[in-house]
Amino acid sequence: MRLISISMGTNDRMRNLRTMRDVLIEEIYKEMSKNDKIFFLSADFGAPGLDKLRMEFKDRFINVGIAEQNLMNVSCGLALEGFIVYCYGIVPFITMRCYEQIRNNLSMLSHLRKLNVNIIGVGAGFSYNLSGPSHQSYEDISIMRTLPNVMVFSPSDTVVVKKIVAATINVNKPKYIRLDGQPLPQIYDTENNISLDKGFCELMCGGEVLIIATGFMVHTALKVVYTLEKRGIKVGLIDVFSLSVLDEDLLIDEVKNYKIIITLEEGFINRGGLDMLVMGILNKKNICRKIINLGFPNKYSFAVGSRKYLHKLNGLDEESIIKTILAFHKEVKLE
Amino acid sequence: MIRKSLIKALEEKANYVRKETLKIHKIAKDTRISSCLSDVEIFTVLYYGKILRFNAKRPYCEERDRLIVSKAHGAVTLYPILADLGFFKRELLATVCKDGSLLGGIPDCSIPGFETINGSLGHGLGVGCGMAVALKRKKSLSKVFVVCGDGELYEGAVWEAVMFAGHHRLDNLILIVDNNGRSMLGWCKDIIDLSPLRRKFEVFRWRVEVVDGHNVEQLYYVLKEFKNSKIDSPKVLIANTIKGRGVASLEGDPLCHVKTLSDDEIDKYIYGNK
Repeated sequence: MRLISISMGTNDRMRNLRTMRDVLIEEIYKEMSKNDKIFFLSADFGAPGLDKLRMEFKDRFINVGIAEQNLMNVSCGLALEGFIVYCYGIVPFITMRCYEQIRNNLSMLSHLRKLNVNIIGVGAGFSYNLSGPSHQSYEDISIMRTLPNVMVFSPSDTVVVKKIVAATINVNKPKYIRLDGQPLPQIYDTENNISLDKGFCELMCGGEVLIIATGFMVHTALKVVYTLEKRGIKVGLIDVFSLSVLDEDLLIDEVKNYKIIITLEEGFINRGGLDMLVMGILNKKNICRKIINLGFPNKYSFAVGSRKYLHKLNGLDEESIIKTILAFHKEVKLE
Repeated sequence: MIRKSLIKALEEKANYVRKETLKIHKIAKDTRISSCLSDVEIFTVLYYGKILRFNAKRPYCEERDRLIVSKAHGAVTLYPILADLGFFKRELLATVCKDGSLLGGIPDCSIPGFETINGSLGHGLGVGCGMAVALKRKKSLSKVFVVCGDGELYEGAVWEAVMFAGHHRLDNLILIVDNNGRSMLGWCKDIIDLSPLRRKFEVFRWRVEVVDGHNVEQLYYVLKEFKNSKIDSPKVLIANTIKGRGVASLEGDPLCHVKTLSDDEIDKYIYGNK
């Protein structure tokens, strides 16, 4: 098995565990220090890293209160006047409570006028495992992907987060950056192998099965890959961090080397998320492969427990995925 | 003397705009004519009363005042005004709602003179708040005007913005409520009574004035005063209007929002009884 771009040293990866939001806010803080055209708006949502920013930049930090519709409208107004805006909230609220504001005043309006609004959603998937389905996000990937002109990012670690800020701060488009709520190990050593134009990175290659994952699920997929490797089964892994713009030809070049494709995401399946993105590309390029889509089934979960427990209930934990792969592997081999 | 001639000129312009708007309705029956007729004087005073600073040749010039027409159903009224002032060619007025026309039934910023995407109610004031914050930051003298309907005040997002503007003392923000008392399905007082509207804004720290929204003199003086005011609060002008103003069959009809006029009715208004 060839390891392309990630650090094998698990201890290194586990060191300095930080949340994506703290790293992102730190990057924005640095940018705000040198560029006074940047505003940071929050819908009364905080982070340890935000305190410094809001104390230092009192005149460019606005807490609009628990009012996501107004958050989006005020962001739009600021952006129309040439400011770069980061607006910040919890995933389901900052996407769905104000969905029409995003649709009309960001997505639609950006066809006619320049707008640099960056929606930062914290709490992808089951990040808020104990807060129930109102706080969890099942739909954000698909509903944000459906909006024309909106760039959708789903980073798997803090290195990708840094890359997103650096590469898109001057891009005059609406963006949605979905962040995990919990601290996760670092996957990438440097930003060098991360290309947002490409939109994905091949983390592992070899074998007949390829997992295409996004966000938190890339971490689960890595565990699956290591475990199966010990059992002599090679599995490839692609991390898709850009869910709107990605290099389809390069993705197909990778996918063509495999017999079985597994898409893996924390979101409803067959509703327009990562799975449909991948299948759409395969279809367009006339590539036929065995595909299995893993994600949330078509229902909300009211179960209480750890994220691992919730994933197990939904067949998204490491063991369930391994079982799925082995069964599928066997089935394909028998044909 | 200047004042009298200005008011007379504004009245004549309002008359012209009302007739032109009816002419548009004659060729584009999908336009919401009742809604358009209630805000004729408001837009006439904003543009011809030189309340708004604008540049027809450079609609997005930095020095302009921003006008957000949140109540866009009634903004077809602006077509004859913008054409008259040179934002686009007058001939386009004959194409409203036709295949391939620049001018549709609900205007947006694909048309010179408009700032935003309009039509879905309740968005304009919040976007205006963002612009107002931005203009203050830029130390700009430009003001932000937002025109909304009273039925639009049912949208919760409006009150998120009302609270925001009051708290942040957005003194460069001026809201005009076209208070015609009716939304689509009837009288607002029967649907959910909005009164006392003045007090609702006052408790959110807004400066409030109420005028007859068809009286150009009252509109002119209050808007002029608002624009030059040094008071550090957002301002709202509640313009009491009549939906369908000028056309008897619309004026008293609670369901006039979706009503269209026949060619005869339109001609009767434009050319009078002959």
